[in-house]
Amino acid sequence: MVKNSLFPQLSDIQTFFLVTLRVFIGWHFLYEGMVKILDPNWSSFEYLMDSKGIFSAMFESLASNPGVLKVVDFMNIWGLILIGSGLILGIFTKFSTISGIILLLLYYFSHPPFLGLEYIMSQEGNYLIVNKTLVETLALAVLYVFPTGHIIGLDRIISKLT
Amino acid sequence: MKGRNAINKSGKKSDRTTKLIGRRDLLKGLATIPVLGAIAYGIYRKKRLYADYRNNILDELNISPLPVKLSAKVNKDKLIRLGIVGFGIRGRDLLRAAGFAEPQWIDDAKKAAKENRLDTTYEDYMHQEDLNVVINGVCDIFDVHAKEGLLAGANINREGSGGKPGPPPKRYLTYKELVSSPDIDAVIVATPDHWHAPVSIEAAKNGKHVYCEKPMTWSVQETYDMAKIIRESGITFQLGHQGVQNEFFSVAKQILDENILGKISLIELTTNRNSPNGAWVYPIHPDANPENIDWAQFIGQAPFHKFSLERFFRWRCWWDYSLGISGDLMTHEYDLMNQLMNIGIPHSAVSSGGIYFFKDGRTVPDVIQTALEYPEEDLTLLYSATLSSEVHRGTIIMGHDASIEIKDGLSVRVEPNSTRFKEKIKKGAINPFIPIYNYIPGQNRIDGIVTPTEQYFAQRGLLYTYRDGKRVDTTFLHIKEWIDSIRSNTQPSCNIHKGFEEAITAHMGAISYRENRKVFWDNDRKIIV
Repeated sequence: MVKNSLFPQLSDIQTFFLVTLRVFIGWHFLYEGMVKILDPNWSSFEYLMDSKGIFSAMFESLASNPGVLKVVDFMNIWGLILIGSGLILGIFTKFSTISGIILLLLYYFSHPPFLGLEYIMSQEGNYLIVNKTLVETLALAVLYVFPTGHIIGLDRIISKLT
Repeated sequence: MKGRNAINKSGKKSDRTTKLIGRRDLLKGLATIPVLGAIAYGIYRKKRLYADYRNNILDELNISPLPVKLSAKVNKDKLIRLGIVGFGIRGRDLLRAAGFAEPQWIDDAKKAAKENRLDTTYEDYMHQEDLNVVINGVCDIFDVHAKEGLLAGANINREGSGGKPGPPPKRYLTYKELVSSPDIDAVIVATPDHWHAPVSIEAAKNGKHVYCEKPMTWSVQETYDMAKIIRESGITFQLGHQGVQNEFFSVAKQILDENILGKISLIELTTNRNSPNGAWVYPIHPDANPENIDWAQFIGQAPFHKFSLERFFRWRCWWDYSLGISGDLMTHEYDLMNQLMNIGIPHSAVSSGGIYFFKDGRTVPDVIQTALEYPEEDLTLLYSATLSSEVHRGTIIMGHDASIEIKDGLSVRVEPNSTRFKEKIKKGAINPFIPIYNYIPGQNRIDGIVTPTEQYFAQRGLLYTYRDGKRVDTTFLHIKEWIDSIRSNTQPSCNIHKGFEEAITAHMGAISYRENRKVFWDNDRKIIV
């Protein structure tokens, strides 16, 4: 057994919770993606138009162009589905994790819970700077540092094949 | 057993074990696949649950999935030549709805679009259908407004200042000259209330079609005269209640026609405004003076008063020229109900209210409640208005089995103690605490269930159709209906019949307030008593 900083050694219990965390976040992503793909009228329009903070102009401009909005919707839906599936199955885990972090950061910065920013869309809790999106982002960062796809997941088989 | 789960990733080729996939590898590699099955099953169950619920509701509602638009195709070949009497605030809107905006308005709309991406007023206007009409005459007794009317009427290419206008319309100093001119087929009447009937009657006598702003008349007697002459003349008449063009109108009509609501006993109609403009304290034009305003003509049949810029620009504040809230605002709400349910003239009316906020010398109330009774239908129509609060109350049609609420959208709620839906409520097939039906203007769909987000946005009027089509001005649709009716020799939705009922109802409300008594409609003698 070689100690490797990229693939730290994990105890069973550590593995269990990390894999469970990975699968749960994957579940969340995949379900969000599926809900959107199953609703033919779904669009990120309202969400993007409700953007506040320093990047709001960028998000609003994405929404205000119907052509661009279509691309954004497509990428969002399939991003969620692929990342979710990747995390659940443990396939291309590192890539899925990084993609998930990027997507969540986009959500976070489109609706940052900063002082003085009020949103039209209702939120289910109370947040200041740290919200659930940021916590989920951080959880993915932890999964990036402690990858598990090669232990429990298709990456294990792939690594054997290559 | 620390480190048991570490896998050696280095030296792939030299390590023989990397090439071999054992049973353990397969098990661990595929361990999470069942999770996908679980999520798929969850989604399937949830979808079925909603589908059942929706089918239950849609079965009950039997509403076609898309709102029906009234407009049939009409041959537009024949040019219709319009004249307008009154180019004030509303006159501008109406001429623009006919396709003729002032160049200055175009400039402003362009600027607004540049400053705010979301402001699609300019774009919407440029997409507004060409009705194949021309403006041949403008009559306004204030020189500045008349000149602006000429600029608008000549703006055939919908351009800003510096554009290439067409030939300007002719300016008429009196409405009589305009309505008798042979190069005018139809007249838009956008004068103060006390001029609606005289101008419309004169136009009808000259065989001109009339679009008249609301309320139809200022005095009771005029109402009879105007209805008689317009009926006899056979012209196409439209009264300016454009609410009927709103897209939720046809949805509400279907729901009412299907009798989803059960017995309706109370309808609450409201108006809320809270701004000087909303209370008719309009700006006074800085250039206006006795030299460029034909004051004698303004007074007309109203009691004489010495020249007053306030009265000229803010005429709605005085009974001398207006019917106040009863004529300006109650009529909109009443007409919508009359179009939906054909309720006609009420048996009685009681009004109360006062001048509570705008103590600026006005004589018309700024808060008024009017109860219109329909004993034969066991129905009360309660109208309530204030000009000093913007709390948006909307309209509620209350039935024993369900209610319709029209605010920014339209929603239907089942009554928890409904008789008709009793079984479905008991079985859980219908939840009385969430709307069974939501219609959001701008969204071309009808759905039993709408997400909270959509409702939230709809309530705030933020759901403009970026997805489907464009926003269309209801005033345009109302003018278009009138023009189409002229071409097809028919009568539009807000015809003289509906206009007569509107005017009588408005007068009943106003008389009750002014005389502080309950007034009745004697349906046999056709008079207000």
